[in-house]
Amino acid sequence: MIDEEFNVALLEKHGFLSKRESIDCLTVDCPPDRLKELVLSLRDEDGFDMLVDLSGIDHGEDEEPRFSSVYHFYSLVRRGYLRVHVACPDNEKPVIPSISETFPAANWHEREAYDMFGVEFSGHPDLRRILMWDDYPYFPLRKEFPLAGIDTPLPADDVAEVTKASVEPAPMMGGPFVSAGEGPMSDSEPRALDESWTEESEKPQ
Amino acid sequence: MISDEVAYNGKVEGDVIVTKADAVINWIRSHSVWPMPMGLACCAIELMASAASRYDISRFGMEVMRFSPRQSDCMIVAGTVTYKMAEVVRRIYDQMGDPKWVVAMGACASTGGMYRSYAVMQGVDTIVPVDVYVSGCPPRPEALLDAMIKLQDKIGRESSLSNLRKPRGACAG
Repeated sequence: MIDEEFNVALLEKHGFLSKRESIDCLTVDCPPDRLKELVLSLRDEDGFDMLVDLSGIDHGEDEEPRFSSVYHFYSLVRRGYLRVHVACPDNEKPVIPSISETFPAANWHEREAYDMFGVEFSGHPDLRRILMWDDYPYFPLRKEFPLAGIDTPLPADDVAEVTKASVEPAPMMGGPFVSAGEGPMSDSEPRALDESWTEESEKPQ
Repeated sequence: MISDEVAYNGKVEGDVIVTKADAVINWIRSHSVWPMPMGLACCAIELMASAASRYDISRFGMEVMRFSPRQSDCMIVAGTVTYKMAEVVRRIYDQMGDPKWVVAMGACASTGGMYRSYAVMQGVDTIVPVDVYVSGCPPRPEALLDAMIKLQDKIGRESSLSNLRKPRGACAG
């Protein structure tokens, strides 16, 4: 069981943790340099034997701290979740220690967070991009990156030479293309929400 | 009198049929299309359905799906082509022997579909010459069959003999 008693005991046990506001499970802030220690003790002493999710967050260009990483642990013994939030101290070169030694499941998740947000996980055995190709120069889920993308050469030089193709910003045409999420399927298929403008006629001010 | 002839009987002496080289070549080619499934997303499921018994693509002489580009002459691009995958699609296309055709199956392969994003190529015709586009998200198997029949018609109209001397595979776009 994860109850108030457990929460208080956990916060007492690890003095460096601070409670964070949350609408569901217990959420704690952890300083990056104590993360490995915390994760190891969560796994071995507190019964959190499963890493459910690991993701990056970009809070916004002017926020302090700007980047952070969020970990969801599940305890099969206690049948409950714990969320750990780790903020990167440096906005220019965000670094967080890797927990893939303790939870091998973190390996690819950390690579994804690195790929999308540029958060480096120090001590990771193989920190390469996982979704975009190795030479891709941007981190696409950062707030300043446009959804349509930025002009970039194709990953393969010889293919680019033959086809004259490159990575081009996608036409938005009143997009982004999202589903309304309600109503009959014929009305809720993904479409441009604001159809008053296209690539040809400017967006009305 | 009941004829006992079961085969074509040309009125020319000997077993001779007079026709055009293009007609023969195109007839052979269009009725033995060997597709290669380039299954990249959910369209590939519909592609599998069209090969299965209910829709039965083999009725039209193109059931021999080959997963090796060296053994196929029609690439069915079924699904979302990301920029990372584009290189692979082009390389596989290059490995197919001439003559070869490409079918862009579904909205994603044709135009990028609903994926107007940094990661998705806005139409596979950017990197390979597409012969037939199929609309739908995903298209029903009937739509794919219709596209393949259209491809057969298109093959039937080609000047195959004179094309033998021309280099192929250059991207139109």
